[in-house]
Amino acid sequence: MQKMSNLLKGKQLVLSNGKCITKKRSMVPLILVIVLAFTYLSVVITGFDLGLLMRRWKEFFILLGQMFPPDLNYAAKVWGPLIATIQMSFLGTLVGAVLAIPFAIIAASNIMKSRILVGLTRLLISILRAIPTLVTALIATYIFGLGSFAGTVSICIFTFAYVGKIMYEQIETVFMGPFEAMESMGNGKLYAFIKAVVPQVLPIYLSTTLFCFEGNVRYAAILGYVGAGGIGLILNEKIGWREYECVGMILLMLYITVFIIESISRALRKTFDLRGR
Amino acid sequence: MEDRIAVQLNKYPSKALEKMSTFVLIVALVIWSMQVGAIGAIKEDGLNIAKGIITGILQPDGALLFNLTMQGVPYLLLETVCIAFLGTIVGGMLAVPLAFLSASNVVPKGVAFIVRMLIMAIRTIPAFVYGLMFIRVTGPGPFAGLLSMSFISIGMLCKLYKEAIEDMDTHILESFDALGCTTFEKIRYGILPQLLPSFLSTLIYRFDMNIRDAAILGLVAAGGIGAPLIFAMSSYRWHEAGAIIIGLAVLIIIIEFFSTKLRNKLVG
Repeated sequence: MQKMSNLLKGKQLVLSNGKCITKKRSMVPLILVIVLAFTYLSVVITGFDLGLLMRRWKEFFILLGQMFPPDLNYAAKVWGPLIATIQMSFLGTLVGAVLAIPFAIIAASNIMKSRILVGLTRLLISILRAIPTLVTALIATYIFGLGSFAGTVSICIFTFAYVGKIMYEQIETVFMGPFEAMESMGNGKLYAFIKAVVPQVLPIYLSTTLFCFEGNVRYAAILGYVGAGGIGLILNEKIGWREYECVGMILLMLYITVFIIESISRALRKTFDLRGR
Repeated sequence: MEDRIAVQLNKYPSKALEKMSTFVLIVALVIWSMQVGAIGAIKEDGLNIAKGIITGILQPDGALLFNLTMQGVPYLLLETVCIAFLGTIVGGMLAVPLAFLSASNVVPKGVAFIVRMLIMAIRTIPAFVYGLMFIRVTGPGPFAGLLSMSFISIGMLCKLYKEAIEDMDTHILESFDALGCTTFEKIRYGILPQLLPSFLSTLIYRFDMNIRDAAILGLVAAGGIGAPLIFAMSSYRWHEAGAIIIGLAVLIIIIEFFSTKLRNKLVG
């Protein structure tokens, strides 16, 4: 043990004024060894084979090539599911983000003094975050049947956990002066929170929610694959029938939609971020 | 006194119209999206299934949860971590050149825009489509999962890398020039110390997300814990599904704990 600590202690340096200091030993070699060892283990377990990749990488583009040119006639049938996807994501994000507000307040230890309540709420949020969205979507399809509602529910749960976590962290870092001043003037906790904390965190809340919405539109395409409604349903169907020109068309329309939504949301987020400062 | 406060208050432009129109817009959007059949009814056996899931999670299949063979939860989790780990590394390497090519302070604006469109296209293709493409290359199994994982990572990695590159302080490079440093020295002492912490932090964050997303790969037989989970659920073996979900959740919480710590150390 003694030897070990000597090894970790690092170099002794004597300065010109006679002071003795220890230079911390760099952790980089140790970390590098661990990372390399784990990389080796991963290569063995996953069967990573660079040679195979070099020989057969062209196969990757065969499927991609079959998607071009996209079947333009199919576009008319994509609109419905595409709009359903946007509706699912919008509703799910909105409900999830609104539900997250009270929980974020309860989970913030500077507002809630009860440590049990704070701990329990945080546990709930982190458990919900830990269950992958695909699994919640699968469970939702078993309970609510196939269709958009299951997708909306799982998007809602994901948004709730994501926004909830970011918001309680944000609420904990706000400047508490105004809140205490309001409280000492005899106002209730809720009133003080609305007037003193909300203006500080609102821009971040809106910006986080919009960011989450962007991601959810893209994620909703995957949810359809397990039957939770939206564009994933027809994507799954067309892949199953190997009609790759239609798959290309679906992906192209999804791409354009995501591009438009992202542009609008980025412009909005920029204004929120400016106000936040 | 109160008059003066009132006068000052009235000086601010009224935002009532803006607030009202935003409110109306949001309500309209909500009503529009309700069309999607938002209020779904619970299936007749839905409650039974919900009960099954909850009992499954509360009483997981212990034999599966602590089974140390290739079919047990620990090995599947290890395989998932390995897929996510190597996938993040490969994706992280592929993202570096793309990120530099999309940074507007490195290349001309036109090039940056085109590369950004390409990155968005890479990001739009869903994970299971990549899975199908790579299964043609490698055959089903964790290798295909690893490659799809690396491709779905590229989008976010590029975006965060690019922000770090655009925030880089280039004055340092000018002073290195003035000192007569070589290109290698400029990269080693001028660029790497600025970029490495945020790049590493981004990679760790993405690794964290990739473990969450790894379940998707199970849909297309690309390895990891997803496939056994989906099989267990679709054949209503809730105790098995419960064991897998618990294992996965514990793994994700542990990894999130360490990754947050590491990232705070790197950037904070």
